[in-house]
Amino acid sequence: MASHNLKHALFCAIVTLIISYPILGFNLESQGIDVTLEGAETSTVLGVLLAAVIVFLFQLFRDNVMGSLRQLPAVNPLANRKPMEQSKRLKLESTLLTLMVIGALIWPFIASRGAVDLATLVLIYIMLALGLNVVVGLAGLLDLGYVAFYAVGAYTFALLSQYYGVSFWFALPIGALLAALFGLVLGFPVLRLRGDYLAIVTLGFGEIIRILLNNMTSLTGGPNGIGGIPDPTLFGMEFGRRVKEEGNTSFHETFGIAYSGEHKVIFLYLIALVLAVITAIAIRRLMRMPVGRAWEALREDEIAAKSLGLSRTAVKLSAFTIGAFFAGFAGTVFASKQGFISPESFVFLESAIILAIVVLGGMGSQMGVILAAIAVTILPELAREFSEYRMLIFGAAMVLMMVWRPQGLMPMRRIHIELKRQE
Amino acid sequence: MLVLEDVHTHYGKIEALHGVSVEVKKGEIVSLIGANGAGKTTLLMTVCGNPQATSGRVIFQGRDITRDMTSNIMRSGIAIVPEGRRVFSGLTVEENLHMGGFFNTKSEIRKSQDHVYELFPRLKEREHQRAGTMSGGEQQMLAIGRALMSKPNMIILDEPSLGLAPLVIKQIFEIIGKLREEGITVFLVEQNAHQALNLADRGYVLETGRIRLHDTGRNLLANPDVQNAYLGG
Repeated sequence: MASHNLKHALFCAIVTLIISYPILGFNLESQGIDVTLEGAETSTVLGVLLAAVIVFLFQLFRDNVMGSLRQLPAVNPLANRKPMEQSKRLKLESTLLTLMVIGALIWPFIASRGAVDLATLVLIYIMLALGLNVVVGLAGLLDLGYVAFYAVGAYTFALLSQYYGVSFWFALPIGALLAALFGLVLGFPVLRLRGDYLAIVTLGFGEIIRILLNNMTSLTGGPNGIGGIPDPTLFGMEFGRRVKEEGNTSFHETFGIAYSGEHKVIFLYLIALVLAVITAIAIRRLMRMPVGRAWEALREDEIAAKSLGLSRTAVKLSAFTIGAFFAGFAGTVFASKQGFISPESFVFLESAIILAIVVLGGMGSQMGVILAAIAVTILPELAREFSEYRMLIFGAAMVLMMVWRPQGLMPMRRIHIELKRQE
Repeated sequence: MLVLEDVHTHYGKIEALHGVSVEVKKGEIVSLIGANGAGKTTLLMTVCGNPQATSGRVIFQGRDITRDMTSNIMRSGIAIVPEGRRVFSGLTVEENLHMGGFFNTKSEIRKSQDHVYELFPRLKEREHQRAGTMSGGEQQMLAIGRALMSKPNMIILDEPSLGLAPLVIKQIFEIIGKLREEGITVFLVEQNAHQALNLADRGYVLETGRIRLHDTGRNLLANPDVQNAYLGG
């Protein structure tokens, strides 16, 4: 046993050295046109060696360390907690949600402009994640190309405003409906597929849309993107310093207040908030309706669902379409917020992040997804101080999450009663 | 009520049913018995249109359903209790039942739900429990109850006794008998030949994709070939 431990510890220490020494132990110095390799400072090398020794010692006494760790009481404060009663839980959840919305309403008036901007982004991600939650969490269709529908929403608004001068409020439903239409059309060929195959094909579709946008230069401007996307207006009132479109009035003049760039940011934030709340409520209703149950039934057992006369096509397509619809919503808001969009905003990484939010939050659980969207968007911003290490911290946080709560932040719970133990 | 005429079914190039003709009359219990791999489940699935018959005809209530879509067939008054129960394990008992009545109105659902709870008081007790946490027998009851929710004229049961304790099997067969009293036609596919033939008005014996024997349930039970092959001598 001891020799086995020693071997293992040595191996780990050597791996540590192999991984870290070449990366940290050498520096590339440019001398004129030549680049030479030089050893790093002594302190760095010592640090690497120290790390190897620590790894060695930890692996050697791993059993003891982990054993005493486990004896520490309540590392996880939630471990021994009894599950809350159903009625209490529901009440708590609705109060919490109401408080969150109220807090979100007050937020822009107390926070800085940057914070409000970030919060708008969070809300966009919440919309996206809630939409994807329908497809992945409820219907169980692993969609890796979800960002395509987001792109359709954003580009619909951008193109409509560029070519036809359509305003935000008209583009919003058009963008969402067009995204839904794309969901419907793209849904058809992938319906026969399941699991991994579905994931690959949807991934392909996501890329097709992005590459199309990138190459249809005459229409979309290709990689240059589309700029000058107008801000939303409030009943014809613009938020700029000067009115761009004739016949419109400007917000600060109408209300007789001094112009401030913050008005626009706050207004966009409030729009995003309203849309996110609408999204959440709409999907919550859908989940309770027969359609919602049909999604879950199809995810649980396709054959059984078919045996009850459910049409696989109709059920899957409805999930795809509704998911895409809300992505279109989010896309329109995103285009308006940025004022400029290019295919670069809709790369696969976006799909992956949205999927990560859904999985982290707990598939199918709305509350969890909302919390995860907040966490995933804000965490990299908070970690900005650590500059180059921030993605590392993000990754570490993800790993910790998976260890601590493999089911997600708040796994989906369905209403059920516990049987009382008989006396 | 249900007629299969010279039905051939293929899985790809392999023919699984070689011209099967079966008839189930209104109000009957008809049993189909056969060994593993004889094509029992294939026959049922052909009725449901998945896979569809390559030749021959399937007629239900006087209508040719051979080329209909599965989802349409399942809405036309047939209900199936699939092999291995296949309840939605993450959904509660009540939600499972509601899925069964998916295409009915709310008041109809409530009525048939009460009716199912009458048949299976056990399910009422477990109304809000997740289906996956129940015992095999309870899940089988739920699967039958779910099939009844669509108020079918005919119910097809695929191996309802599979993997259940003898006492539970007895209960399940009692319930199947009750279904007949309610005027529901029953098409029963079973490996448990003794019980199935005992209950049945008529029976078919399927062997490697062909109907070998066809008689009343009682006669089949007494038939020495059947006794040898399916009843353990």
